[in-house]
Amino acid sequence: MLDTCDFKTQYVLHLADDALVLGQRLSGWCGHGPILEQDIAISNISLDLIGLARQYYQYAAELIGGDTTEDSLAYFRESREFYNHLIVEQPNGDWGDTMSRQFYFDTFHFFQLQHLTRSEDLRLREIATKALKETTYHAQFSAEWIIRLGDGTKESRKRVQKSITHHFPYALEFFETTEFDKQAHDLNLGPDVRELKDKWIEKVREVLNIATLDDINSDAVAKKGGKRGIHSEEHGLILAEMQSVARSYPDAKW
Amino acid sequence: MAEVSEDSIMNTLSGVMDPEVPVLSVIDLGVIRDVRINQSHVEVDIAPTYTGCPAMDVISSSVEEAIIKLGVSKVEVNTVLTPPWTTDWISEDGKRKLLDYGIAPPKNEGNQKRELFQSAPEIACPRCKSNDTSCVSLFGSTACKSLYRCNACLEPFDYFKCL
Repeated sequence: MLDTCDFKTQYVLHLADDALVLGQRLSGWCGHGPILEQDIAISNISLDLIGLARQYYQYAAELIGGDTTEDSLAYFRESREFYNHLIVEQPNGDWGDTMSRQFYFDTFHFFQLQHLTRSEDLRLREIATKALKETTYHAQFSAEWIIRLGDGTKESRKRVQKSITHHFPYALEFFETTEFDKQAHDLNLGPDVRELKDKWIEKVREVLNIATLDDINSDAVAKKGGKRGIHSEEHGLILAEMQSVARSYPDAKW
Repeated sequence: MAEVSEDSIMNTLSGVMDPEVPVLSVIDLGVIRDVRINQSHVEVDIAPTYTGCPAMDVISSSVEEAIIKLGVSKVEVNTVLTPPWTTDWISEDGKRKLLDYGIAPPKNEGNQKRELFQSAPEIACPRCKSNDTSCVSLFGSTACKSLYRCNACLEPFDYFKCL
């Protein structure tokens, strides 16, 4: 699909895929949260992300035209046609893994949306203006958890440190520029992702420091590929579960 | 199509309740942005509250159903994103109804609401009115609420968080 869509559509799909895949991942916590409040919180964040994905997919479907709908984009594309960052497809693991993944993503998402509220494209501006406020709550929630786990017990610190270190190279993919990023930036649709890096690093460092966790590894190399449709094995498993009903009953209506 | 006026439609809509906060009508909530009466149909513009709020689809179909009961043959419900809905759109009447229902209404925190890592706002207990409360979880029973606890009367309560 990358070959057949214009850059703007690819960019919108990339934004949508991040929200959908992470929303789907987080939904796996529903009924399994460590305590009721966290179960509810993570399910709410999942809902916000899936709602956001719908807004982007509806827009992408309009840009593509024809028979394309938000559902066909979510349920009938193959793994290679998804442009989400690798970090969002990483497994939920334990609560520390989920919160590390979430903390890196939310902090990036906040700065990305902040920029999108000034997009040349009215629709992206509208979607981002709404999502930014919700994301502020997500970012606060995940940062608080990093602090609580890092500055918590010996065991919680050890485990969250491992998760934070493990996810860091994946997070660096946020700042890798693809052709659609470049085009989107040239058309003033979205940010130059490289320029978001300093702000992101500063915020991440601030939280890690409060959490008494180790500083980031400045020698880390980005794990990348997701934005070009090259995913981990995990991605196929996520899609298999998420798309199975729609693919078994392709014309089913609610 | 039966004769309908904007007043009669608005009057009907004041009886269409938010399924998750059943004391608030769609008018109190401030989601109805425009009603247009055309020759063959009625168009209603609705602003979504939370992006992923599962109640929005129910609200749209309840609005459609209520207007059809007035004898209108076709109703078109459109979603509009601009200006975005915020908690400032909840009417004063709506805020009073929330409080009576036991949900602390949103407290405007001004520009602070877009800052990363702000502290939770101080909210008075809707039951005993004490200011000695604490935030248990930013995310409550629905997307739009946070869970608080009153340290004076020891009761938990919902706070309709500011958006």
